[in-house]
Amino acid sequence: MALTNVLRRRKPFLAPPTFWLLSPAVVFLVLWTQVPLVLTLYYSFQRFVLVNPDLRGFVGFGNYLSLVTDPAFWVSLERTLVLVLSSLGVTLVFGLALGLLFFQRFPGRAWMRTLAISPFFVMPVVSALIWKNMLMHPVYGLLSWLFRALGLPPVDWLAQYPMLSIVAMVAWQWIPFATLLVLTGLQSLPWDVLEAARIDGANPAQEFRYIVLPHLARTLSVVAMLESIFFLSLFAEIYTATSGGPGLATTTLPYLIFLKAFAEYRIGVAAAGAIFAVILANLVALFLLRFIGRNLRAEAIG
Amino acid sequence: MKRLRPWLLSLVGFLASFLLFFPILWMFLTAFKREEDAFSFQPILLFTPTLQSIAEAWTRSDYFLHVQNSLIASLGSTALALILAIPAAYAMAFHPGPRTTTLLLWMISTKMMPPVGAVVAVYLIYRSLGWLDNIWGLTLLYAAINLPVVVWTIYAYFREIPAEILEAARVDGAGVKEEILRVLLPVAVPSLASAALLSIILAWNEAFWSLILTSAQAAPLAVYVASFKTAEGLFWAKMSAASLFAVLPVMVMGWVAQRQLVSGLTFGAVK
Repeated sequence: MALTNVLRRRKPFLAPPTFWLLSPAVVFLVLWTQVPLVLTLYYSFQRFVLVNPDLRGFVGFGNYLSLVTDPAFWVSLERTLVLVLSSLGVTLVFGLALGLLFFQRFPGRAWMRTLAISPFFVMPVVSALIWKNMLMHPVYGLLSWLFRALGLPPVDWLAQYPMLSIVAMVAWQWIPFATLLVLTGLQSLPWDVLEAARIDGANPAQEFRYIVLPHLARTLSVVAMLESIFFLSLFAEIYTATSGGPGLATTTLPYLIFLKAFAEYRIGVAAAGAIFAVILANLVALFLLRFIGRNLRAEAIG
Repeated sequence: MKRLRPWLLSLVGFLASFLLFFPILWMFLTAFKREEDAFSFQPILLFTPTLQSIAEAWTRSDYFLHVQNSLIASLGSTALALILAIPAAYAMAFHPGPRTTTLLLWMISTKMMPPVGAVVAVYLIYRSLGWLDNIWGLTLLYAAINLPVVVWTIYAYFREIPAEILEAARVDGAGVKEEILRVLLPVAVPSLASAALLSIILAWNEAFWSLILTSAQAAPLAVYVASFKTAEGLFWAKMSAASLFAVLPVMVMGWVAQRQLVSGLTFGAVK
């Protein structure tokens, strides 16, 4: 005890150069993430068209103005919200159901769980191709075969229900993520409370409603926040499966910014759109960071 | 009823996992079909497996270029992220100051910034540096993108290690370098491995940046596979064969790392 006290007191003298240990990582992160962000903000106030680089200069809120007067921007904003909210709803419901299922004990549980979470590890480009071609192809796709077998008219999924198709792909990839998190959350289930409730004669539905669900509220809200942040940036699925179409049906904000920057070469307008995207993501990220920060501080003290 | 319950659950579990895994299974099967069997009006379940499509996909002159690019980008970025993260995590875990939590939160917050927020600027910077379609440019970017996850995973593990181990080494006259290399790293191998796995998976599957920053020379597998979105996408067997290697290795890594994945991707928000 005395010895550790001595060591504690001497710590400042022995303390390593924290600054030099931290700064490589910090500088690297600043260069690759913060500098581009600041530059984007700067470009968003510039007239800047790549095909006509001589025409540059400060335009104030001109880019923002041309963005908000563009109907495509509002469509993309609405499409983004539809995509995020529907994918969120589907993954939360199925993730909760599967999490509860794989929390039970039954033969073969471990490898079944492993198979069920596999879609999360498939690269989004491949997922989109599998769904677009092999499952949703209007003539040769498996779903079309299934519909024919059931005597139903075949559906051209990506043409008739483009957003629904994208949501299906996204949900397929992210249900495993929600399932994994729910499983982790269930690990700390208060068994004594559950036991007491059972002795008091609570049925499984009541157990779920009054004990399990409140216990999972924290987990589910973290899932919702994390997924919102990821879903706001979905790109590969849309690029691969629909290219934003038909029309603007699946043109979300990231895809619109991509088009403005790399199809129309309007850097200024794209940058203004990017600032909107950052604000949108930050609305969620602030809550999530507060959550993470509270955990960190609690652990630093306890 | 009591004795039947596990088996009923097994049945439900099997159906659920089969439905979720089926698209992947179907792609794997298709990779072993001939083109005419893959693209058929009636799905063909019984077929003579052939390596023809895989051989065709792999013997394309540029296939291994893309494999190589994927390997460089994912392994290189992970190595760099580890080199940067280990000292930082050490400093934050064992020598916390009043601003440590804020610093860590700031690092995590960079992971939450949407990539489109930076894409225009990164593209223009890379263009003026001549780094477009350059695999090392992409590798550096991936290292920055995955750095917060790597730092967090290692930091969370370091924090569990009792400081006494280090103090003992310090009394024996070990410097910071020896402390990290001789004492800490051998103990931390599991966390380094899971951080590395996570970072490799994320970099391997990444598509937004690689689609925008690379074309022919530096394209990783994700970009190559994405090229099947056009007319070539009708060659399903070849598409599946090309995807096989893009999916299988990281899927196995994902199976191995599924538990650590939760901690790494949620930054400890779910426990």
